[in-house]
Amino acid sequence: MIDVRDLVVSYGAATALDHVTLSVRRGEMVALLGPNGAGKSTLANTLAGLLTPASGTVRIDGRLALIPEGRQVFPDLSVADNLALGGWRSRQRDPSFVYQLIPQLAELSGRRAGVLSGGEQQMVAFGQALMARPDVLVVDELSLGLAPLLTAKLAEHLVELNRTHSLTVLLIEQNARLAFELCQRAYVLESARVVAEGECAELADDPRVAGAYLGGAIT
Amino acid sequence: MSAFIGYLLNGLAVGCAIALIASGLVTIYRVTGVVNFAQGTFAVVAGLCTSSLLGLGVPHGVSEVAAVLVAALAGLLTGLAATGKRDTTPLSSLIVTLGVGVLAYAVEIVLWGDQPRSAPGLAGSVTIAGAHVQTQHLLVIAVTAATFVLLVLFFGRTYLGKALTACASNPFAARVIGIDTRLMGLLAFALGGLLGGIAGVLVTPLRPISFDTDVTLIVNGFAAAVFGALTRPGVALGGALLLGVAETMAAGYGYGSHQLEVALGLMLVVMVVQASRRSTIHQETV
Repeated sequence: MIDVRDLVVSYGAATALDHVTLSVRRGEMVALLGPNGAGKSTLANTLAGLLTPASGTVRIDGRLALIPEGRQVFPDLSVADNLALGGWRSRQRDPSFVYQLIPQLAELSGRRAGVLSGGEQQMVAFGQALMARPDVLVVDELSLGLAPLLTAKLAEHLVELNRTHSLTVLLIEQNARLAFELCQRAYVLESARVVAEGECAELADDPRVAGAYLGGAIT
Repeated sequence: MSAFIGYLLNGLAVGCAIALIASGLVTIYRVTGVVNFAQGTFAVVAGLCTSSLLGLGVPHGVSEVAAVLVAALAGLLTGLAATGKRDTTPLSSLIVTLGVGVLAYAVEIVLWGDQPRSAPGLAGSVTIAGAHVQTQHLLVIAVTAATFVLLVLFFGRTYLGKALTACASNPFAARVIGIDTRLMGLLAFALGGLLGGIAGVLVTPLRPISFDTDVTLIVNGFAAAVFGALTRPGVALGGALLLGVAETMAAGYGYGSHQLEVALGLMLVVMVVQASRRSTIHQETV
C-alpha cells in the first residue's frame, strides 16, 4: 500500500512535486500519467527513498521495489549476477523463481547485461526488482523504447503477479492506452501537481484526458 | 645478457609495487569517482609502521600484517574525510585527499621524524639465467601475483565484490536495489589502503621510506592507473610492469637520476593518447 500526502519535492529552487496526494491500496494496480517533466520519475524516486521530500508524508506498507526509467542494469555483470544483486535487501540470491516466471532470463543468465538488447535489459531490470520480493512495485516507464510485443509480454507478467501474489503496482506511463488497459485507477500529473484522478474507464472518456493521450496539456 | 635479465626481474618487482598502488587508485576511482591522491601515503604509513614494529622486536609476518591493517584503517579514515559528507563532488573529494596527504606529512614527521627508515626483508639472492636477483624482489612479485588473484576472486566470485562492481558500473541502479553506495565507497577506500599498505611493506626493505616518498609512489601509481583509464585494473597492471621495467632499465643503463622523469613522460604520453581516443569516440557517437 502506498499513501502519499501533500508531498513537496524540490531541486534547489525548482519544485518537482507540489503538494501531491496519492494512494494505492493493497493489491491494486494504479497508473500515473503525465508528460515529460511532470514529476513522475521524481515521485518514483521519492517513493524508493532516493530523494528526500521537502515536506509531506510518504507511507508504504511492505517492501517496495522500483524498476527505474532507462533499463538500469549493471552492464559489467552477468544477468545472473544482476538478478542476485536485486535480492540485496531481501537477502534472496537464488533467482529460480524469476527464471520460472520469465524463462528467457534463464537462457540469458550467463551473458553480460551490457551486451543485451534494450528489451532484454528491461527484462533484467524487471527480474531484478522481483528479486527484492516486493509487496509494492513501482514501474517507471515500462514501455519506453520497447517493441509492442515485448511490452505486452512484460505487462502480462505484471498482471499475473498482481493477480497471483496481490502485488501492489504503481505504473508510471506515458502510454496512456497501455496504462488504462492494465490498471483500475489512474492519476494524471502535470507541472508537478495532480490535475486529474479517477477510475480508468471514466478518465478515458474525459475530454481533458484525451489531450494527455496526445501529449497536450490538461486545462 | 645477465645484466638485462637482472634489470628485467628487478623492474618487474618495482612494477609490481607500482601495480599495487595503481590497483588501489583504480578500486577507489571505480567505486567513488574520486582520484585519491593520498594513495601513496598508505604505502608510506605501512612502511614506517613495519620499520617501527620490527624495531620493537615484533616478529616478521605479524609486523607486516599489522602495518597493512593500519594502512587499511588510514584508507578508511581518508574515505570518511573525502566522501563522508553526503553530496560531496568527486572534485571536492580529490582536494580533500590532497589535504589528507599533506596532513599525513605532519603526523609522520611527529611520529617517525624526517629521516628515511628501512626494514629488513628476505635476505639473500638467487641466480636466474646468470643474473643475481634479490630474494625480496621475488617476494614482491609473488605477493603481488597472489594479491591480484585474490582481487580477481573477490570481485568476480563474492557477493560483496559484485556489489562493489555494481556501484562502479551503475551507482544509481545500485542505490535503487538498496546498496549503500557511500558505505561501498568507504569499503573501496579501505581496500585501497590495504593495497597501498601491501606495496609499502614490500618496498621498504628494498628502498628506505620517508614521509615524502609518497610523491614518487603516487606519480608512478597514477601513471600506471592512467594507462588503464583509471578503471581497468588489468591494463593498469600491465602499465605498472612496463613502467617498472622502463625505470629500472633507465637506472641500470646510466640514467638513474631520471626515473621520475620516465614515469612522468610515460604518463603524459598515455594521457595525450587517451584524450585523443576519447574525443574520437565522442565524435563517432554524436
